[in-house]
Amino acid sequence: MSSAAPGGTREQGRSEYGVALFLGALGILVIAQALLLPESRIARGPVGPATIPIVVGGLLVVVSVFLALDVFRGGRGEPEGGEDVELTGSSDWRTVLMLAAAFVANALLIEPLGWPFSGAILFWGSAFALGSRHYVRDAVIALILSFGSWYLFAFGLDVILPVGILKGIL
Amino acid sequence: MDALTSLLEGFGTALTPENLLYAFVGVLLGTAIGVLPGIGPAMTVALLLPLTRGLDVTSALIMFAGIYYGGMYGGSTTSILLNTPGESASVVTAIEGNKMARAGRAAQALATAAIGSFVAGTIATLLLALVAPSVADLAVEVSPADFFAIMVLAFIAVTSVLGSSRVRGLAALGLGLTIGLIGIDRTTGQQRLTFGIAELADGIDVVVVAVGLFAVGEALWTAAHLRRKPIDVIPVGNPRMSRSDFGRSWKPWLRGTAIGFPFGAIPAGGAEIPTFLSYVTEKRLSKHPEDFGKGAIEGVAGPEATNNASAAGGLVPMLTLGIPTTATAAVMLAAIQSYGIEPGPQLFDNEPELVWGLIASLFIGNTVLLALNLPLAPLWAKLLRIPRSYLYAGILFFSSLGAYAANANTFDLFLLLAIGALGFMMRRYGLPILPAIIGVILGPFAEEKLRQALQISNGELSGLVTPLSLVVYGIVVIIVLWPLLRRFVPRRAVPSVLEEAAHDIEEAHQHSGLTTAVSVERHVGDDTRRTPDPEEPGGR
Repeated sequence: MSSAAPGGTREQGRSEYGVALFLGALGILVIAQALLLPESRIARGPVGPATIPIVVGGLLVVVSVFLALDVFRGGRGEPEGGEDVELTGSSDWRTVLMLAAAFVANALLIEPLGWPFSGAILFWGSAFALGSRHYVRDAVIALILSFGSWYLFAFGLDVILPVGILKGIL
Repeated sequence: MDALTSLLEGFGTALTPENLLYAFVGVLLGTAIGVLPGIGPAMTVALLLPLTRGLDVTSALIMFAGIYYGGMYGGSTTSILLNTPGESASVVTAIEGNKMARAGRAAQALATAAIGSFVAGTIATLLLALVAPSVADLAVEVSPADFFAIMVLAFIAVTSVLGSSRVRGLAALGLGLTIGLIGIDRTTGQQRLTFGIAELADGIDVVVVAVGLFAVGEALWTAAHLRRKPIDVIPVGNPRMSRSDFGRSWKPWLRGTAIGFPFGAIPAGGAEIPTFLSYVTEKRLSKHPEDFGKGAIEGVAGPEATNNASAAGGLVPMLTLGIPTTATAAVMLAAIQSYGIEPGPQLFDNEPELVWGLIASLFIGNTVLLALNLPLAPLWAKLLRIPRSYLYAGILFFSSLGAYAANANTFDLFLLLAIGALGFMMRRYGLPILPAIIGVILGPFAEEKLRQALQISNGELSGLVTPLSLVVYGIVVIIVLWPLLRRFVPRRAVPSVLEEAAHDIEEAHQHSGLTTAVSVERHVGDDTRRTPDPEEPGGR
């Protein structure tokens, strides 16, 4: 879906170099980690545990150079389109950060509070972040989803999700 | 016929009331999830992976067969009824399909897509049943060195898909391979890229990677660019076709099948090129070429059949070699591996019940799909109106649920977010997702084969060179050097067909606003960020 043709949103100027930098740094990290692996006595032949990481890291470094060259020549990665995506205008970081916050809240709360509540917080928070302002309706839907999925996993799939504060009730 | 006997036994496995129910549920869930805007088939399979955890392998795979076809059909419904396609394979369907829908022929477009998918899916599954055992027999002879070569070919092929940027494809592949490296090295037991984190020692669960890249990445990306204006969904009644629609559709269905299956079956490619080809073929052969661009039914029938046939064809390399060619197949492969089953040449000998049960359930899934989708189409169209806030909140909710349920570990949730962020970055800078997921799944397998090959040859690099692998490496070199070689190929040869297809696709993209070519000229070094775009009067 992407093409090398110059394109992309206006916000993407130099940040394309950031991608190249990220790839290069990752490549160097992979190579360094591989070189630091202790010698193995089990490995035989030219391909040990470090070989493939070095090749992959090398690939990343080489790609990062070519990507930087491509960007220098005016190439831009084409942002992915989609049914609900509108690529005019810049990224809406506020929404993304609020979503990430809801997501992290669930990760932190799933064990102490239990999935029925942490999951509901995740859904409610995400819906809020995405612009829904039907607070009560959202909360009802969120709780139905989280309790429903808890029971579905417990009885349908024999997977017990964390119960947290509802211990002894669920 | 040996294959047919086995297939009948497969039906014996799949037609138990319980498994039939799973196939049914699979199709229903697959279509319902797949039809939701923003959710493609790969994400559908990834999101529904956790649901099959409690089932035994055979039932799980039978359910997957339903999800697979359901998810794909759901995707094409979306692209016909909305004005933008969700994933690459249905870009072509959207060109004519959406025009038909706008002209009040949505019902016919959905009908020809559904029946075409059924016809193509059935024929292609039959071909799969006939071809796969022989391929598996041949593949048993294939040495680890050859396997490694074929996987290198698969890596290169998925990064060099028509019209995309190779550098970015390779970058995505590198990222995927890196993720695949994390964990304990299987041969020597050394920890690679784990940085002392105990949770990383077993590697990153493929469910987490797939859900992170497809679902979380997509949700975050869409959230950052959410279309705030209401999208216009074209209402649809029960799909139906007139006699003349049938007359214009049946040949494209068959031609689509013929184009799609082989393209799906070679371990390279995916569904984009064959659907392009089918579109161009139908345009050339049509008795009504003037209809193309205004909603020609052939332009829906052909590519849709192609898409389904190539999906079934894609199961040939997946089942016989363990090499997926599409993102959806890659996720399916991961699902199969999570049961401790290694798809490959031995699969047909070791797990005949499973394989033939799966193939039989593809037939069943296909039939259920047709039976369900014709009457349920108006309902699916309603699903398209789901408020976007609930849709993407739901994606994050179910992603977290699935990732957590896999290992009951909070660490996976943070990992999921990190991989989601990676998916976001990849979407933003046009790095394709497919090479990454193929890299994650095939990377460790390729390394294993490489080391096996070298163990057999006692460390001699010459052990990697066999007649078959030489041929395969030859193909790799041609693909890699194609931009240089193309200069020596006569201009008006085959590529003109592809160029025409690419041109049509680009035009379609522009109409649907997928390509942002509008802002191209003002790109370099200027600072027009705050200048209101003439195209969007009120701004956002």
